[in-house]
Amino acid sequence: MAVKQEIKYLTAVKQEKRQKKYCRFKKMGIKYVDYKDAEFLKKFLNDQGKMLPRRITGNSLKFQRKVAQAIKKARQMALLPYVTDLLK
Amino acid sequence: MNNYELMVIFTPVLSEEDYKVAQKKFADLIKENGGEVTHENPWGLRSLAYPIQKKTTGMYLVLEYKAPSDLNEKLKIQLNRDENVLRHMVTALDKYAVEYNGRKRHGVSADSKTVEA
Repeated sequence: MAVKQEIKYLTAVKQEKRQKKYCRFKKMGIKYVDYKDAEFLKKFLNDQGKMLPRRITGNSLKFQRKVAQAIKKARQMALLPYVTDLLK
Repeated sequence: MNNYELMVIFTPVLSEEDYKVAQKKFADLIKENGGEVTHENPWGLRSLAYPIQKKTTGMYLVLEYKAPSDLNEKLKIQLNRDENVLRHMVTALDKYAVEYNGRKRHGVSADSKTVEA
């Protein structure tokens, strides 16, 4: 019969739970990513106009692909820049 | 019949009348070739995100239309031939896109897209 020994710490263990990332398209029920809406697409770009990775945006693969396509279209039509400084 | 969306950038040197004429030209072209224009949205003068042919502004035109699949090739020839066109793009719309555009047009823009942060 082993006696269960409780592990005791001197300081309280930090139990910060990071908020789970989610796909905003799935959550909001957005089905179509519009390439004409440049302001919306800017949320998925960094200051230099580069696309943010899924790791950061939390998009699902399906919608990350759609966002990427939309951004590329917007760039072709000069709604978004290919390269800049200080976007936003 | 498929749903498409055409976006054209015209040169900014176009006068208001020329711009209207150009709009009509492409709308008519679609109609003549068995297409059907569902929506016409002239954005007018807008600044470009980067210069195209040394121009920093352009006249935008967005046309939404239904067309048989062979129309786009004919349209492309005309667009490439027109000197006033800086750039153009045709997008095939899926059913969600059609729904989205319809909703946006009817002013129910209070959909999830604008609400979320």
